[in-house]
This record gives sequence, structure tokens and C-alpha cells, in this order.
Amino acid sequence: MSKDVNVYALSTCIHCRNAKKYLDECGIKYNCVFVDKLEGQERKDTIARVKEHNPAVSFPTIIIGDSVVVGFNKDKIDKALKD
Amino acid sequence: MDAKQLYEQLRKLQEPKGYYFNKDMENMTMPLMESLLENKKRFGYMACPCRLANGELELDKDILCPCTYREPDVKEYGACYCGLYVSREWNDGEIEHQTVPERRPPEKIIF
Repeated sequence: MSKDVNVYALSTCIHCRNAKKYLDECGIKYNCVFVDKLEGQERKDTIARVKEHNPAVSFPTIIIGDSVVVGFNKDKIDKALKD
Repeated sequence: MDAKQLYEQLRKLQEPKGYYFNKDMENMTMPLMESLLENKKRFGYMACPCRLANGELELDKDILCPCTYREPDVKEYGACYCGLYVSREWNDGEIEHQTVPERRPPEKIIF
């Protein structure tokens, strides 16, 4: 069964763009939230959610099933998809 | 100003200080130039494109590109957090290219 993949990203961030491109190339379906585009309470709530997974609140924060991959790292993404 | 002009302007300023642009122009440097211009349009200043800006200059001073974390990051990893500014050795492949961890304290994100 395929895992749920959620990407917390910034619209201007190059590592986010490259990570999304990689997921696309792998044919992985994912949900992406551009945190910099959010406002008000939605933004606060989303930042709090990112912080739970990644205390540094850096981007991209990629949640793959139960794994969290911080930054764009092909090996870590591959591993999280396989585990 | 377009991305190419910004690139030329910054290159002249930064190379003499020992900071070089990532040689991957297509996937890194030029898209980052576009993002810096986008942030200039959004916020009025060039906040680091790879970080969540607060949108108020006073609160984002540390992440004005080149950010205050560039110096220690290039010293330790050969590249800044974004991978925009690198050392000559990094570009020449003499040092390992690794993911640069975030140095900015998360408390700096206010909004």
C-alpha cells in the first residue's frame, strides 16, 4: 500500500522545488502546502504542525508515512518510501 | 531588474569576498535569483527564499540575503543554507556536498 506523503514547502525555496520535482519523477502522489502562502490562524496552526515533526521549522519538511525527511535528500526520501 | 542583472550585480560584490555562486546555474542559482526578486516584490527586501520570512524587515534582518548564517555555513559546509553561495572548493568538488542544517533559531519565526 502506498504511504501518505505530505510536503510542507515554501513557494520560493529551491530545495522544496527540487524535492517536489524528485517526487514527481518517482511518480509519488503527495499533498503540498506552501506555508509562506498561508495567513493568520491557518499559518500559525500549520507552523505548529511542522514544528511537531521538525523542531527547526525548516523546509521542505516531508512526511512520508511515519518518517520525516528534512531538506531535500534523495537517499532519505527513497529510504522512507521503502521502509 | 531581472535575474541576470541581479546575478551580475551580486557576483561583482560577493566574489571578491570569497563567496561564489553555485555553478549549477539552471537548477540552483538562476531560480534563486528569481526567488530573491519575488521576495523583493512581496516584502520590499530580499529575504532568504529558503526560509519562512515574517514579512517585517526588523524581524527578518538575520535572513536578508546574504544572511548572517552564510559565513559560518560556508566555513563549515562550503555552502550556505540555500546552496546559493558556496566556496571555490565546493564548486570544484573538493569537498563533500551535504545538506546544510538550519542554523536560524525557530523562535525567530514570529508570524
